[in-house]
Amino acid sequence: MNKIFEKGGKLYWLHSTIDAFETFLAVPGTVAKKGAHVRDAVDLKRIMIIAVISAVPAAIFGMWNVGFQHSLATGIDLNVWQEFWYGFWKVLPLFVVSYVVGLFIEFASSQIRGEEVNEGYLVSGFFIPLIVPVDVPLWMLAVAVAFAVIFGKEVFGGTGMNIWNPALLTRAFLFFSYPSKMSGSETWIHLGGAETVDGFSGATPLALTAENGFDGLVNATVQYGTDFWTMFWGGIPGSVGETSVIAILLGAAILLWTGVASWKIMVSEVVGLLCVAGLANLTGLSDIPCWYQLVMGGFAFGAVFMATDPVTSAQTETGKWIYGFFVGAMCAVIRLFNPGYAEGMMLAILLGNTFAPLIDYCVTSAHTRKRNKIAKA
Amino acid sequence: MSKTIVLKKGLDLPITGCAEKRLSKTLLSEVTAVQPGDFKGLLPRLLVKEGDKVLAGSAVLSDKKNPDILVTSPVSGTVKEIVRGEKRKLLAVLIQTDPDQQYADFGAKSVAALSAEDVKSALLASGLWPWLVQRPYGILADPAATPKAIFVSAFNSTPGAADADFAFAGEIAAIQTGIDALAKIAEVHVSFNAKTYDASPLVKLNATKHFFEGKCPAGNVGVQISHISPIKKDETVWTISLQGLAAIGKLFLKGRYDVRRLVAVSGPMAIQPAYVSALPGTPMTELKAFYSTNEDIVRVVSGDVLTGKAVGTEGYLGYFDNTVTLIKEGTEKEPFGWAMPLRLKQFSTDHTYFSWLMPWRKYDMDTNLHGGPRAFVMNDAYYAKVLPMDIYPLYLIKACLAGDIEKMEQFGIYEVLPEDLAVCEFVDPSKNYIQDIIAKGIDLMLKEMA
Repeated sequence: MNKIFEKGGKLYWLHSTIDAFETFLAVPGTVAKKGAHVRDAVDLKRIMIIAVISAVPAAIFGMWNVGFQHSLATGIDLNVWQEFWYGFWKVLPLFVVSYVVGLFIEFASSQIRGEEVNEGYLVSGFFIPLIVPVDVPLWMLAVAVAFAVIFGKEVFGGTGMNIWNPALLTRAFLFFSYPSKMSGSETWIHLGGAETVDGFSGATPLALTAENGFDGLVNATVQYGTDFWTMFWGGIPGSVGETSVIAILLGAAILLWTGVASWKIMVSEVVGLLCVAGLANLTGLSDIPCWYQLVMGGFAFGAVFMATDPVTSAQTETGKWIYGFFVGAMCAVIRLFNPGYAEGMMLAILLGNTFAPLIDYCVTSAHTRKRNKIAKA
Repeated sequence: MSKTIVLKKGLDLPITGCAEKRLSKTLLSEVTAVQPGDFKGLLPRLLVKEGDKVLAGSAVLSDKKNPDILVTSPVSGTVKEIVRGEKRKLLAVLIQTDPDQQYADFGAKSVAALSAEDVKSALLASGLWPWLVQRPYGILADPAATPKAIFVSAFNSTPGAADADFAFAGEIAAIQTGIDALAKIAEVHVSFNAKTYDASPLVKLNATKHFFEGKCPAGNVGVQISHISPIKKDETVWTISLQGLAAIGKLFLKGRYDVRRLVAVSGPMAIQPAYVSALPGTPMTELKAFYSTNEDIVRVVSGDVLTGKAVGTEGYLGYFDNTVTLIKEGTEKEPFGWAMPLRLKQFSTDHTYFSWLMPWRKYDMDTNLHGGPRAFVMNDAYYAKVLPMDIYPLYLIKACLAGDIEKMEQFGIYEVLPEDLAVCEFVDPSKNYIQDIIAKGIDLMLKEMA
């Protein structure tokens, strides 16, 4: 690195930024100074880029779906490419705002701490546009990103030290600060001022069930399909990247093959959700078949990409089972028993993040007790 | 044969340059160094001055806290120079080696007739005491203590390290005598590699035997202890290497202090890697033939590739080491390294690359970190999968970082030495110096417990 960027140099204030770009272009020639003289080729950049790649199918589908929903809602005939192109230009600004605001804060904080820039925000910054409605005003997004990165991450010491998932914290901030832009039936489909078709509804399937139960969903006269398989492939309104379970499963396959995310968390989330929603079916508390909960709303996206964040999820293997089950179960509980708001995944994961250290504490304490018992025997 | 303990966790590094099982030459260097830094927990007091004559076995240093503990010269000769560093810290005593070696006579003794106290005093007087390592903390053993047991690992699982079956094939009688002598103090447990046991010359040894099967670090005595009899608070065990047992055996058989050993010279940079016969304190320049063409890019490590000490071409063979690793300094940048889809020349155990699908491949590893230092991001399981012990490695590491004594105790600081977490350090994508963190944690424990 050029001397002027080193400590004492004129441009030292740019040190972390320059270093970030330099190490982005080439793995640096730094050597192990002590300890093991050889190191594994993997670094956080590699792990983070895999997480980003795994979300690419959901992002591409999400862009297309923005155009597709626009076309359905307005009756304007568009082919597949036009739909994608339309959505691309609507979603791109979300990515730009997310990355510019988030990375600026990340670079500045790294410089203040005198550290290298952590790659964690590359992932958060990619996930944020996928979990917000396409019509969210950009300035709101900017404020929310700034809040989440500063108060959710940097004050704790940066990536690796945070308690809550920064992407979800962005969404939570938007949700509680600007609820009218984050829920209801006017935010999910970008109309662009065009006239809507007859029988138009901007409500998501999840919102339909929240209003009128399962009948509300199957008997709905909306411009998109509300059957299980349509929700599975994803041609429904919702946050940009959350609608297609197929695209999310593709991402899950990448995450599980590479081991970046924990299969234990994913499996136990599904089990947790099905347990509570199934129980509600059996007791007659809810008439929505429990498997519908898997494909509606943000459950799939949250279960695969958000709850499996290695920093904010449970650390221990036993803890992961408990944590995943807790998140899945809480998601169902909030969806079924919260009258005000249809979706439960965001709050379920943030709650899970909050309790993850406690879960790990219990697991490690039990382990210590067991060991002490063996030691005494 | 008692039950084999199979360890599923661990990782064998596929590194090139394993030493061929042949003796390439026998070294007796002009200058030999005695380095107090080799002995963890020793506060050195110098017993010689420049110009003094010493025999092999003459005391050079003693411990300030326990003056009975001596460090003796491995060679006969004349003290040439006392090397001191900052604040006059004693770094090394250099001894000009005599061409004909003279040994101090400690008198051959029949072990059967000796008591525990006799054995202890013989070891202290001859300077072989420092071979006994006390756990917890891996420090010089306290002669006044009676350990619960003495543990020996009869194999090394780190790739490239000296192969015990080859290096000690000619020392079986001496090792057995060493075991018999230490058995006077406490029960001696020897752990073998179950896979190679039947073909090993070590099969003839007589001790309490245990059998292990698994990847690195299954050969670490700390890992073995944790499966045989975990160390509890207020307990003391001792460990010793086969090399130490052989030296003790020779003391009683011949009455001599003889710490000559077969040293594996290995690593990707080693030219025709093989074994040499050498004494501790041999200058690395004696091994020049193994790295002559790569002198400016080689890192000379006394010890194995995971736990050794980089001593440089001007350094000396460590007192306890029987491996020298020659490895390339990885100071070159690798354009888009982390972004390349395949990156076939680099090894990674992480599934974000594909080398785990090609277990037959070996790699010319170098010292490049392959990334920048970061906070821990991956969770405990990422590290636990290469640590065959019943502890949570990341919790222990974080407890050490925080200097939290209670948590360090809870998460098993008594059971580990830095070497046991060396493989965790290798796999860490956040590129932390984990062995150093554990070593500092242990230092803190020593300070607080004193």
